[in-house]
Amino acid sequence: MTGTMLSIQGLTKAYPGVVANDDISFDIGAGEVHALLGENGAGKSTLVKMIYGLVKPDAGRMAMLAMPYAPAEPRAARAAGVAMVFQHFSLFDALTVAENIALGMENPPAMRDLAGRIRTVSQTYGLPLDPARVVGDLSAGERQRVEIIRCLLQSPRLLIMDEPTSVLTPQEVAILFQTLRKLRDEGVSILYISHKLEEIRTLCDTATILRGGRKVATCTPAEKTARELAEMMVGAILKVPERHAAPSGDPLLAVTGLSVASPAQFGTALKDVSFAVRPGEVLGIGGVAGNGQDELLAALSGELLSRSGSVALAGRDVSRDGPVTRRAAGLLCAPEERLGHAAAPDMTLTENAALTAAARMGLLTRGFINWSGARGFAEQVIGAFDVRTPGPHVAARALSGGNLQKFVIGREVLQGPRVLVVNQPTWGVDAAAAAAIRQALLDLAAGGAALVVISQDLDELMEIADRFGALNGGRLSPLRPTAGLSVDEIGLMMGGAHGMEVANV
Amino acid sequence: MDMMINIAAFLFVAATPLTLAAIGETVVERAGVLNLGVEGMMIMGAIVGFMVAVSSGSPVLGLAMAAVGGLGLSLIFAFVTQIALANQVASGLALTLFGLGLSALLGQGYQGVKPPTFPQGDIPVLRDIPVLGPILFQQDPVVYLAFAITIAVFVFLRYTRAGLVLRAVGENHDAAHALGYKVVRIRFAAIAFGGACAGLGGAYISLIRVPQWTEGMTAGIGWIALALVVFGAWRPLLVAVGACLFGGIEAVQLNMQAAGVAIPVSLLAMSPYLITILVLVIMSAVRTGAPAALGRPFHASS
Amino acid sequence: MLRLEKRREPSQVWTWAAPLVAVLATMIAGGAVFALLGKDPFVAIRTIFWDPLFSEFAFYYRPQLLIKGAPLVLIAIGLSLGFRAGIWNIGAEGQYIMGALAGAAVALAFYPLAAWWLFPAMVLAGALGGLAWAMIPGVLKITLGTNEILVSLMLVYVAEKILAAMALGLMKNPEGFGFPGSRNLQQYPSATSWIDPAAGLHWGVAAAFIVVIAAYVLLSRHILGFHIRLAGQAPRAARFAGVNTARLVLFCLGTSGALAGLAGLFEVAGPSGVVSIDFNAGYGFTAIIVAFLGRLHPVGILLAGGLMALTYVGGDMAQGNLQLPKAAIQLFQGMMLFFLLAVDVFTNFRLRFGIKGAV
Repeated sequence: MTGTMLSIQGLTKAYPGVVANDDISFDIGAGEVHALLGENGAGKSTLVKMIYGLVKPDAGRMAMLAMPYAPAEPRAARAAGVAMVFQHFSLFDALTVAENIALGMENPPAMRDLAGRIRTVSQTYGLPLDPARVVGDLSAGERQRVEIIRCLLQSPRLLIMDEPTSVLTPQEVAILFQTLRKLRDEGVSILYISHKLEEIRTLCDTATILRGGRKVATCTPAEKTARELAEMMVGAILKVPERHAAPSGDPLLAVTGLSVASPAQFGTALKDVSFAVRPGEVLGIGGVAGNGQDELLAALSGELLSRSGSVALAGRDVSRDGPVTRRAAGLLCAPEERLGHAAAPDMTLTENAALTAAARMGLLTRGFINWSGARGFAEQVIGAFDVRTPGPHVAARALSGGNLQKFVIGREVLQGPRVLVVNQPTWGVDAAAAAAIRQALLDLAAGGAALVVISQDLDELMEIADRFGALNGGRLSPLRPTAGLSVDEIGLMMGGAHGMEVANV
Repeated sequence: MDMMINIAAFLFVAATPLTLAAIGETVVERAGVLNLGVEGMMIMGAIVGFMVAVSSGSPVLGLAMAAVGGLGLSLIFAFVTQIALANQVASGLALTLFGLGLSALLGQGYQGVKPPTFPQGDIPVLRDIPVLGPILFQQDPVVYLAFAITIAVFVFLRYTRAGLVLRAVGENHDAAHALGYKVVRIRFAAIAFGGACAGLGGAYISLIRVPQWTEGMTAGIGWIALALVVFGAWRPLLVAVGACLFGGIEAVQLNMQAAGVAIPVSLLAMSPYLITILVLVIMSAVRTGAPAALGRPFHASS
Repeated sequence: MLRLEKRREPSQVWTWAAPLVAVLATMIAGGAVFALLGKDPFVAIRTIFWDPLFSEFAFYYRPQLLIKGAPLVLIAIGLSLGFRAGIWNIGAEGQYIMGALAGAAVALAFYPLAAWWLFPAMVLAGALGGLAWAMIPGVLKITLGTNEILVSLMLVYVAEKILAAMALGLMKNPEGFGFPGSRNLQQYPSATSWIDPAAGLHWGVAAAFIVVIAAYVLLSRHILGFHIRLAGQAPRAARFAGVNTARLVLFCLGTSGALAGLAGLFEVAGPSGVVSIDFNAGYGFTAIIVAFLGRLHPVGILLAGGLMALTYVGGDMAQGNLQLPKAAIQLFQGMMLFFLLAVDVFTNFRLRFGIKGAV
């Protein structure tokens, strides 16, 4: 390490009602992998947006290689040598890899030359990619490679990576780390944003920890234990959820040879998916995003109908039934996308409570809705799940992600489901709320319900699931008990490293 | 034979306003904006072009000002949808209703007036080729202009960086914004271009095709242009081919009316609209990809 | 520097203030247009908005308000259901014409029979005529995914051609000395929709009030109304909730078509009386403005329908008294919708002064 690449001094940014970043200062060394660690809502993304010129700080200064650095827009940041790989990729599905990369460059060469350069860079860094492919057809890992190569073609001095491993299989993570180390050795600084402690301990030279918009510490992660890092990040010691269910009896949910096409243009069709869940059991389904998770949830909720005989609830075929019938029979679901799928953003919590609970909670008389009853149920959910909100009259979009997630999960749990299917139950939720949600799910299983938890957080699945399977390309791997499952085994179930064969072309 | 040549030659006259309006709208929609106000912008172009041509005596100036008129009206739409973030469907309808009202008001004293004749644009030598000459090379200059604009838009979208950026904005405006592209500014430009093209198309009707001014004289051509964009799967060359097909149908239909073929006039008169519906039905079965961000509002909230 | 900041919740105040601000802004902008036309803007605005209600001759104009307002409200209520659900029927004008033709056809077929059931049969035929016309885009949308906006609009032009053919052909009054247009249904007691012409009361007025109440109950109390709102605001959440999208499309298009057809029938059997080439006065399009100006809310639509009727009646007065061109009123109505759409931004966004935070 020689000298400082980026120096951050007293950066502050406030939004109405929250101070997202409060007087944050630290230095990123040249040729250093610097971790930015913190929970959801700790202020990581706001800080990064300021560095990348997407947001202007209210106060504070930055210096790049000892020169004042205040990017007015991303273009200025890129000109100064800052490149960024977004967590939610800023890619264009209908365009090709080469076109996507050209869009991220200041002065892209002609398309033909660009394709050549893409091949060169992808070989140098072990990131195989075909420039002519349409991005919408790529796997999540390959899409990330597009972003990374887009950055590398600009020979960046500082590379920002926002939660890069959340969409990767363990094998793909290993490949990514090799690439990042190679870059570091070439003198590139990397700002690595994550909340995954072990990754940070293996990869990063330095870590800055944020909590509630403030800097808590800057330390050398290899010298700390994961537990110490976690305590700094969360500020309190967390209770591991207790599980005391013993699965028994006939399967409540039985899925047999389920195949459905995806309604989305670039979606993944489910292919011959089979599994069964017994009362008291939690089935964990992992896999990289975009491998059929949304489709599986839709096929179980009744949004997608499947061939008859493929989905059975307590022995009764519900494959051709819509969401209303399945809900009445006790099959409840909570989709991943909170705003717009699980809840209507502009509607009140009362209305959102009625969204799925109207029939099951007896709020309907000849089609007329009992609104005061719905308000009562919303209040019940708010109370039981500690949803922080002024009351049920508030619009769903006014809630923070974590609070809305608690509301959505609570709404389904309190309806007393026989089978509950949840997708990404704790995505974007802070650690305390995540623990509460996991506990609620385990309690539900303990009460005799069958649970299917779809998640990309492997730690979460290992913590709460009895059995584990992974979705890969719309197929479900054979199910294995979670006890004693190794990371390598899980990675292989998730499909290993995707798209590496292109490398040998 | 002469009749066939007449029909073929008129095909381009009927196709030109459609091509202009539809190509403009293609660019707008490729940028992710659905402007349903084409009809309103066309009729504005029709009256502004007519007024300027009559008062200045120059049809070319009239045509130019028609483009400005259409553009001006489109800027209202751009403001309402891009700055005030109003629903694009509703705003497009408002634009059409507003344009119809404004044009009727402006056109008060112009009913029955004859505009100056537009200069012919015969191409020397080529015009004397038998059959093809009268069909292709004895048209007015605007026909050639529409053709040129089509090619230019095709090249722009396919081969230029600005075209790539425009497509990117129409595909995923959040990603484009994250990369630092000015989504609103690009969309404003696209909407303005669409407005100018629609204005030209409208003036072509009032100055060349008819040529005179009557209220509501665009008679749904703007709406048909919108359907053509769908028909052409948002690709300029296909859109232009679609416009020519429609022009052909229109030419045949009018000739049949004139010749007194034993089909009720009302049925012939409604044929363009019925065929538009048929085309939409066929295209919806084919399912071609519209720009992914089409019609969705964009606000740079972080 | 001005910028917009998204509100955490839609503003209750602006939800209701926006239409008022829009009307005021339209008056100002409209006044400017009238001034450009060489008319005194204050006199013009007063003639349009005040005189029909409170002038010396208001007794003559007030009934006119009911006559103009009823079809607008009937159609706008139907359209608002679809607009709320994200289903864009903009062909109400065509459904209005087809409803009128179907209803009139029943009357003309039985002329001069006197029977109590004739008018109810006409009402049924009118509703079915509009419904059938709206089902064309509806069925195409749910079976093939065809864009309902363009199809419904194209069908307006088709309906106009059919109307012309009917008025000049099949329905032409055999005793009309060769003039175009049908028999006058006002003079056919079993078929007329008039209750009291002097008071401006016909069955369409009654129907409009009933429909407003029904729509209010539907939207605020019934699960179907809830699903309509849900489908428009969050289509994916609606599917998750179990809304049958196809059925919703048919319901919304069917209802708006039937109501537009009814409006046409009441008009042709009452105020207009005659099936003629241009008996349709563009209510189907103006109703779109009414629906938005009324915030797609039944009570709002009732008020907006009244206001729009005022611009028609007042516009007629201004045409007579001030020689204000009819097109000026049309422009005025279009402007109102634009202003509303622009002002509406404040419902969901707050205007902030200061440096730009987000580019």
